Amino acid sequence: MWPETDRVKTLALDVQDWTGHRAGQHVDVRLTADDGYQAQRSYSIASSAGGPRVELTVERIDDGEVSPYLTEEAHTGDRFELRGPVGGYFVWDPDPGGPVLLVGGGSGIVPLMAMARQRTANHDAVPTSLLYSARSWEDVIYRDELERYGKRGDGLEIVFTLTREQPPGWSGYGRRVDRELLAEVAPADLTLTFVCGPTPFVEAVAETLVGLGHEPSRIKTERFGPTGG
Amino acid sequence: MPIISRGFRGRRRDDAPRDRVPPGQYVTDDFPVLSAGPTPHTPLDQWDFTIVGEVDERRRWTWDELRALPSETITVDISCVTKWTKLDTSWEGVSVDALLDGVETSAEYLTAFCDGGYTTNLPLADVTGGQAWIAFGYDGEPLEPEHGGPARLLVPHLYFWKSAKWVRGLRLTTTDEPGFWESNGYHIYGDPWKEQRYWGD
Repeated sequence: MWPETDRVKTLALDVQDWTGHRAGQHVDVRLTADDGYQAQRSYSIASSAGGPRVELTVERIDDGEVSPYLTEEAHTGDRFELRGPVGGYFVWDPDPGGPVLLVGGGSGIVPLMAMARQRTANHDAVPTSLLYSARSWEDVIYRDELERYGKRGDGLEIVFTLTREQPPGWSGYGRRVDRELLAEVAPADLTLTFVCGPTPFVEAVAETLVGLGHEPSRIKTERFGPTGG
Repeated sequence: MPIISRGFRGRRRDDAPRDRVPPGQYVTDDFPVLSAGPTPHTPLDQWDFTIVGEVDERRRWTWDELRALPSETITVDISCVTKWTKLDTSWEGVSVDALLDGVETSAEYLTAFCDGGYTTNLPLADVTGGQAWIAFGYDGEPLEPEHGGPARLLVPHLYFWKSAKWVRGLRLTTTDEPGFWESNGYHIYGDPWKEQRYWGD
């Protein structure tokens, strides 16, 4: 396991008999206390399919129940129960017939990162823009890897917007995702959009895309609330 | 035997009544929002509710006609497949019994259909006998769009994806036809007390 930011860690899991997954799917993690008490939560898979391990990226929710354990208590060699992969809707489509837009807010980047990794691993040709809204540069998960992807010139464009604090000399966007920003980032012939993040973020992005004339049925959303952790 | 997670204690809520919280669920005071696409906004003057499919004749209510039917206030616990349970939620709505009253059908199942294209399937026996409502009020206020307003199906004894948001009607069917999540890995019936979350549960 390794830290991604101050609040976020990635756990790489060896899963017995893992049957593989599709980018965008999630798993259920179940923890059991020594007196039998159990708690379970869902986490998006961060790794692409076909990798040696199943990676989960977990943000610590301070008053959460499972995420503080996974990010602070668990260490290499620990075991816990996993169920999945789950979900057949919010999943990467390598050939949707036109450009794809991925829009992530905060740790909503995780399933979208699985898609970006899948696209890269498979050399999918579909033009893809990934718009990632984070509070600050320090809060950006997968920073180095995303920067590398953006420089490959293989049709994957990475766009950051930092809503609260920008580093000196920052030339990217520095505000919340709004209509103008989406209009600039979204390809004209956009065919399929995936949006993931906190509910107000997802509501605003999805609604704005509809307002810009994009077909609602081609906007796939995944949301998590403050009680997620 | 489950694997014991070394050092895990959890954040137990001792006030959570065990007989009201299904297995694998935790109690929340929030009302999280989950939906697969943008929130639709159908103007009320274009809204209607229909019962179609295996019926002697199609039934239709405008918004005003639906609101003119006798409504009930319902206080129930709800459980989402994403693990949260919310206790004592208060709704206002029209009983599905009232809408099905006088409808002749040989159907044993139904598909609830919605603005935005969402569908979910249910046995007819699960929406009759005072078990399901078309809800348009929540906590004394009109139901907010992000929670399914103007109206959603309310079937509190099943996982909450069965309580379809933005519902526009019921299509009665002779066979159990998987809806949106039921075609995407989620259980065909969805009983929280049996933890029927996914295919194979």
